[in-house]
Amino acid sequence: MQPFGFTQAKTVDGAVAQSGRFVAGGTTLIDLMKLDVETPRQVVDINLLPLDRVEAAPDGGLKIGALVRNSDLANHPDVKARYTVLSEALLSGASPQLRNMATTGGNLLQRTRCYYFRDTNYACNKRQPGSGCPAIDGFNRVHAVLGGSENCVATHPSDMAVAMMALETLVHMQGTKGERQIALDDFYLAPGSTPDKENVLEPGELITYVTLPALAAGTKSYYLKLRDRAQYEFALASAAVVVQVDGGRVKRVRIAMGGVGTKPWRSKEAEAVLEGKAANEQNFRAAAEAALRDAKPLRYNGFKIELAKRAVVRALMVATQNA
Amino acid sequence: MAASVVGTAVTRVDGRVKVTGAARYAVDHPIEGVVYGVPIASTIGSGKITAIDTSVAEKMPGVLAILHHGNCGPLFRTASPFEQDSWMSESRPPFEDDTVYYYGQFVALAVANTFEQALDAASHVKISYREEKPLTRMSDVAEQPPVRSRYARGDAESAYNSAPMKIDATYITPTETHNPMEMHGTIAVWNGDKVTLYETTQGVMNHQGVMSQTLGVPIEDVHIISPFVGSGFGGKLAPWPHSLLAAMAARRVNRPVKVSVPRSLMFTTVGHRPLTEQRVRLGATEDGKLMAIVHEAKNPTSMIVDFMERCTGPTPMIYSCPNVTATEQLVKLNIGTPCPMRGPGRTPGMYALDSAMDELAVKLNLDPMEVRLRNYAEKDESSNLPFSSKHLRECYQTGAEKFGWSKRTPGVGSMRDGSEILGWGMGTATWDAYRGGSQARVRLSADGRARVSCATQDIGTGTYTVVAIIVSDKTGIPVERIDAVLGDSSLPPGPTSGGSAATATVIPAVAAASMNVIGELLKLAVITDGSPFNGADATTLAMSSGRVHKKGDAPESGVPFEQLLKLRRVAALEAEAKTGGAPDEDKYSMHSFGAHFVEVGWDPGIARLRVRRTLTVMDAGRIISEKSGRNQILGAVVMGIGMAMLEETIYDPRNAKPLNNNYADYLVATNADIPEQECIFLDYPDPVIGEYGARGIGEIGLTGVASALTMATYHATGVRVRDLPIRIEKLMANRAV
Repeated sequence: MQPFGFTQAKTVDGAVAQSGRFVAGGTTLIDLMKLDVETPRQVVDINLLPLDRVEAAPDGGLKIGALVRNSDLANHPDVKARYTVLSEALLSGASPQLRNMATTGGNLLQRTRCYYFRDTNYACNKRQPGSGCPAIDGFNRVHAVLGGSENCVATHPSDMAVAMMALETLVHMQGTKGERQIALDDFYLAPGSTPDKENVLEPGELITYVTLPALAAGTKSYYLKLRDRAQYEFALASAAVVVQVDGGRVKRVRIAMGGVGTKPWRSKEAEAVLEGKAANEQNFRAAAEAALRDAKPLRYNGFKIELAKRAVVRALMVATQNA
Repeated sequence: MAASVVGTAVTRVDGRVKVTGAARYAVDHPIEGVVYGVPIASTIGSGKITAIDTSVAEKMPGVLAILHHGNCGPLFRTASPFEQDSWMSESRPPFEDDTVYYYGQFVALAVANTFEQALDAASHVKISYREEKPLTRMSDVAEQPPVRSRYARGDAESAYNSAPMKIDATYITPTETHNPMEMHGTIAVWNGDKVTLYETTQGVMNHQGVMSQTLGVPIEDVHIISPFVGSGFGGKLAPWPHSLLAAMAARRVNRPVKVSVPRSLMFTTVGHRPLTEQRVRLGATEDGKLMAIVHEAKNPTSMIVDFMERCTGPTPMIYSCPNVTATEQLVKLNIGTPCPMRGPGRTPGMYALDSAMDELAVKLNLDPMEVRLRNYAEKDESSNLPFSSKHLRECYQTGAEKFGWSKRTPGVGSMRDGSEILGWGMGTATWDAYRGGSQARVRLSADGRARVSCATQDIGTGTYTVVAIIVSDKTGIPVERIDAVLGDSSLPPGPTSGGSAATATVIPAVAAASMNVIGELLKLAVITDGSPFNGADATTLAMSSGRVHKKGDAPESGVPFEQLLKLRRVAALEAEAKTGGAPDEDKYSMHSFGAHFVEVGWDPGIARLRVRRTLTVMDAGRIISEKSGRNQILGAVVMGIGMAMLEETIYDPRNAKPLNNNYADYLVATNADIPEQECIFLDYPDPVIGEYGARGIGEIGLTGVASALTMATYHATGVRVRDLPIRIEKLMANRAV
């Protein structure tokens, strides 16, 4: 860990006016600072900002402040009742202690769990652009099969973001140039030749809140996370599904996957295969095949392709059981 | 006579201080003026240090010293690094020279006034290396390593070749890291030429001996204090380099120095269970009687220490078989030094041997338990000695009955609960019973309390409670009024907490010391004015329920011991005792045995395998402390679930860096992974090991769990996992399920 300056911001305007790294729960940033992976000279504490509310949005959706803790969001009555997939995803992530600290905005910005990224004795294109990627020829069991480039195959580790992807969440940001919003799917960037650039945030720009759109009546959702042990492990593959079935047919479906992509991976291809079709296992399987069509296995992670398909199929089965 | 507390559910005597946070672990001790040492570890797998640039670090605020091989004070080797009181886990003292033998080896230590300053300084030390290509896998070594250990009876090769039924399989267990919750750490405090070390160790006496030798000071000038240990699992049996570094640095900067090993370096500098590769060949008759066992084991070790995992330890004695050959080989690699980890040798060894037994059962279409019963060893065929006490058959039968084993249908995937496929497995547990020498002291005080002390330690296993129970058993003083004092090398010498021997070793000494102090008390009772026994013959008296009374009379007729001490106006009486090994130990083979029964649930749709229940029946002699004893067995089964399904230290083959060197990526079982567990103690006292008939139980619970789980996994999925841990991708490789 390197010495750093520390200030506290009391307003959003005050926060974005300062040039520094924002810290909220600290579960990623402080962890990585201890490893010298993150070496900010200035850290701005944003915990005093008034961004800790979950409120009803005018369109019937939900507005979630960036500082809402993962535990609070998971147990929020509206989230539990209407956005089940989000509550389930949050509760499948990390540990209770971490969830009590981790925030909504911070969760979206989690860095990868790639072994090589986390060790400064290794080259890493995400940490030091152009230095190389030891994961591609290394132990890559936990790495991505979707979205990878020759420069980076690190997965995005969040569960929450996978559920939010299936919920078509909007991210609201504020910087010195003002406010803007963007769909979560567009918030994240593919690694390409710039794996160090993980999202569209400009330097100093702050996530202020996210909004979940209202869901049509009768919409069901489910999050399924598959991993080696039962708790406290990142997904090897996960699936978030939000589905509306009408008369035995899938009227509308949103499918996202975790643990397999360089970003929380929404599959519009899978959704297209399924919409309008009968809600049955055979069609779910066809959707899952479409979701992984472009998957590229590395030496140790080939099993993730089949595992992710099974996660998608099972999640759809469970979600549509009572539809 | 009041009923004895032995074997009852006594609550841990140290429980309250632990759960309230009052218990002080090694680096918790508040030491005035303490400064901090932060280790710097090598980032290459093999080579030489060519330069250490400390120029920036040395000028940083608060920095007291940057120590390394070029400038550190002398540290010596011990005379016989594998013998008690001289046992160093890594025989090479840190900073001995400029050679790097493994990734994560200590190469320098930054010492500063605060932890933050030391950490910052450490990151500004520049170390240059001449890197050599490290040997990181056994396959990197082309030549066949020599056989280091060989056991043979009969002619196993010929018998195997002529056997009608054969099993030939190779099993691999991965490197496992102990990962106790409490990280290794030391605070070293010099007072003139004397040094005190606040340690986390499984052996205060051995630690004292090693530090005396490595620091070059007389043994009476070394004091080791280790009142609580946040588990060791074998990793804290003997000193590791950081302890020497703390003492050396404290001597150099003339301040107390604290060195806490970070979790990441716990994977390189404080030992691990080495990977094992074991080929097992079984030859059997068509009705399942073993004709031959050929067990060939191999494990990697470091360049510094030849550590053999001893996988074939149980092979010559666990099943009846006329022809047995067992060999062990070592391959030296550029990895950190391995050391014993809970159930060393027997744990991976029984995984391989019992897996092969199960494969034999499948081949013969016999029940796996039936195969074991047909090869039941009535005596120890390796030594031709009778067992001191063996009730393994009853373990199998009791376990089978409680588990419902007779309902098992042998077909793969043939048992279900709803949509889930069930798999049942069972396995044999075994561990040698040892008893060594120990001393102990017992004190009876006029305030009505007793105190028992011994320089052994409680590593979380319940030793405090065990020694209190024994004093209570002898004196009748309730456990609540007995203070147990352990973990201090200035106390009467006691055993290392290892080899599951501490209980059997220490209780004879505690019992004898109790009897000696009772003898002193009775002598006092007959010469004290006002004592109802004044003038009586001391041999006609006894002590029970905390009272002195006439033999044969009810304790209530007598006098509380503290009353006699008050009448005599003495503060306390104290007595010691020294006891040795079991008198007839060379006439018997002493072992504990057990049987595990496990059920897994398999959801093939999502390739999810989880343990649903476990049942263990233990034949471990008489149980002294029922609660902490049960805790040992259930905890070991938890560890077995981890071993079978989760644990694996993953080295980067390029440099042997452990990639998953943290608690998030090195998977151990969480609470959510642990199902309903049950443990039954048969509780037959061992007539040979000592008065109480108690054998140790720290390790046996781990042996046999992994093979029971791979058996259950095969039963559910049809996939035979011969290289642990069982992983999703291994189960998915068989698309038929």
